[in-house]
Amino acid sequence: MKIKFLPFIAYLFFVAPMQASNDQARLLEVYKNLRCLVCQGQSIADSNSDFAATIKLVVQDQFNEGKTEDEIYKFLISKYGEWIVYQPTFNKNNFLLWALPYAALIFGGFITFFLVRGAKNNKVN
Amino acid sequence: MKISISKIIIFIFVIFFLLVFWKGLKLNNNYDTKSLVGNRISNFELTKIDDNNKFITEEDLKKSNYTLINFFASWCAPCRDEHNYLLNLSKENTKIKIIGINFKDKKINAINFLKELGNPYNFVGADKNGKISILFGIYGIPESVLINHDLTVIKKIVGPIDQFQYNEILNLIK
Repeated sequence: MKIKFLPFIAYLFFVAPMQASNDQARLLEVYKNLRCLVCQGQSIADSNSDFAATIKLVVQDQFNEGKTEDEIYKFLISKYGEWIVYQPTFNKNNFLLWALPYAALIFGGFITFFLVRGAKNNKVN
Repeated sequence: MKISISKIIIFIFVIFFLLVFWKGLKLNNNYDTKSLVGNRISNFELTKIDDNNKFITEEDLKKSNYTLINFFASWCAPCRDEHNYLLNLSKENTKIKIIGINFKDKKINAINFLKELGNPYNFVGADKNGKISILFGIYGIPESVLINHDLTVIKKIVGPIDQFQYNEILNLIK
């Protein structure tokens, strides 16, 4: 008879705490990627301001409703603009921001290649 | 004189970055949520401050041509400054409904605030934990949002309403 309760007890003491800590970790990740708009250089995770506390409540609610991280970010962006997320989404307004480092790397590689080749040719001549 | 390709590329890059920085300097970096004008309000439900059984929803807002949603609190000093403009608006204009949302405040303090200064609102609701404010992109009070019957935001005022903004509201609801 007692054995019947064993899975329940195992769930209560081992699985449930692990699930809860996973949820907390995921929530913390979301808070870390949200900017506190009324603070100086702090994320929602770092801040104890009124605004951060409210955002945390809303994120928790949406998380409990089963919304994904992307859906939560989209909702907050629709209300506060893209400034609220630390990692902006890729779109036509900011494609240069994403593409320039790669473009600079490739062009830098070409320039270095030509300069080195030029120097070598000069040496040979 | 021979100019190498690499020098031309470096020159173009330098010019490009200077142009980007020059344009960046001219951008306005002050954050506000006024760019959200044009968005529609959804999932709105507000409970009356002194009666938990009475509330308004999006359907009620659709009945009025224009609605000004004003976030206020008894502890907010600038809210006192804008209160006269709200009173004038409610007295002089019948085209607009004013909804007050009492933000993170004690009920008794809010009621005393309205008794002392007058009540310009057609409906006063309570946002005890601030969750409703997030629907309107609020990040500090006072803030006001002017919407039309379609629930589209047509103006967002960050900070207290002053004479200039009061005139702007009147122009928008003509």
